[in-house]
Amino acid sequence: MEVPILKQGEFLIATFQAALSDADLENLRRGLVYQVVKFRSRGVIVDVTAMDVMDSFASRTLREIAHMIRLRGAETVIVGIQPEVAFAMVQLGLTLEGVTTALDLEEGLAYLNEKSKSVD
Amino acid sequence: MAKREGSTKDAKGRNDQATEIAGNEGQSELLRELVAHLRQNRTQLREEWVQRISETRLLTAMTKDEIFAEATSVYDSYVEALETETFEALQAYARNLSERIIPRGVETHEVVGIVLLLRDVLARSLFAKYQADFRKLNRILDAYEPAANRIANTVAVGFVQERERVIRQQQEAIRELSTPVLQVRERLLILPIIGVIDPQRARQLTEQLLRGIRTNRAKVVVIDITGVAAMDVTVANHLVQTVEASRLLGATVIVTGLSPEIAQTLVTIGVDLGKMNTVGDLQGGIEQAERLLGYKVMAVAEAR
Repeated sequence: MEVPILKQGEFLIATFQAALSDADLENLRRGLVYQVVKFRSRGVIVDVTAMDVMDSFASRTLREIAHMIRLRGAETVIVGIQPEVAFAMVQLGLTLEGVTTALDLEEGLAYLNEKSKSVD
Repeated sequence: MAKREGSTKDAKGRNDQATEIAGNEGQSELLRELVAHLRQNRTQLREEWVQRISETRLLTAMTKDEIFAEATSVYDSYVEALETETFEALQAYARNLSERIIPRGVETHEVVGIVLLLRDVLARSLFAKYQADFRKLNRILDAYEPAANRIANTVAVGFVQERERVIRQQQEAIRELSTPVLQVRERLLILPIIGVIDPQRARQLTEQLLRGIRTNRAKVVVIDITGVAAMDVTVANHLVQTVEASRLLGATVIVTGLSPEIAQTLVTIGVDLGKMNTVGDLQGGIEQAERLLGYKVMAVAEAR
């Protein structure tokens, strides 16, 4: 299943629909980095609101996405982690260390706007 | 109704076996006779029972009228259970009754007491009726006793189960109350924790907090543990997990009010203090939270 990536000005928004396979996650990582380069985006939001489980592969992939996008000089924010998912994640030790997180899309955009303002 | 026991009334010998066989067939007949007797004498027996209840000072939480009304229902359900030999209706009634009287402060021993009293009152009336025919009395009791005991059991168990349900409900309510998540500013939540935290309460706390962060769209949470004397390693880990989970929802956590003992525990388990934001007391914590949120609190200058 392909994850739709939308362009919102200087930012890209990728919205998870439901359970993603490992292959889907790989494709997403490639696709996002490619689009960041193509559109010279300043930031990426990955919206995982629809995700009701987060396993270690997904968690690692999200960290790798953030890392790779930072190498392109852009910020990544993961938004929409559900309370139950967050709880399960910390119990498994999946803390998404080093990755910025925000409550939802609105907060994520606010954060990215702040960030890009301070850079200018 | 041909009664073979008529011919064996005076013989205690060889005809006993015939009586036994006849007995089993006559059981349901006896039961019907029993039920008919209980129905015929309903008013009088019920009176007697209510009288006994007040003599033994049971159900003091209820008024005379209430006792009478309930006594009527219980009596009728009792007789019906004896008659149909099914207990579902009685079970349902027992639970319904329990639901109503438990909030009134009626205790278990009272409920068991009154059911046993009814059993006694009815048994006595059987002794009185069949006193001339000891053999028949025995057979009537054979039919009556198991059913009466089962009834007593059903009512008592129904009452106790309802009580346990209420207790569980209250415990849940207390747990929720004792960990309130409070919004004190836009985007700022406070979670004051008081008392003993066991792993179950810690877990419930975390769940409540995370839901609160999402509902109130909080960006900063101050968890105050001034009221917590001690914390074992398991609970300390829970606290760390709470901080991490909150971060995943985009909220920063400030922990305030750590006692020296708890500080020691946290150091012992090797908490990465870079991950945990701590401030001495609640006031300091709120002030820092306000700074993080971009608030500045100033005294209003009095214009004269």
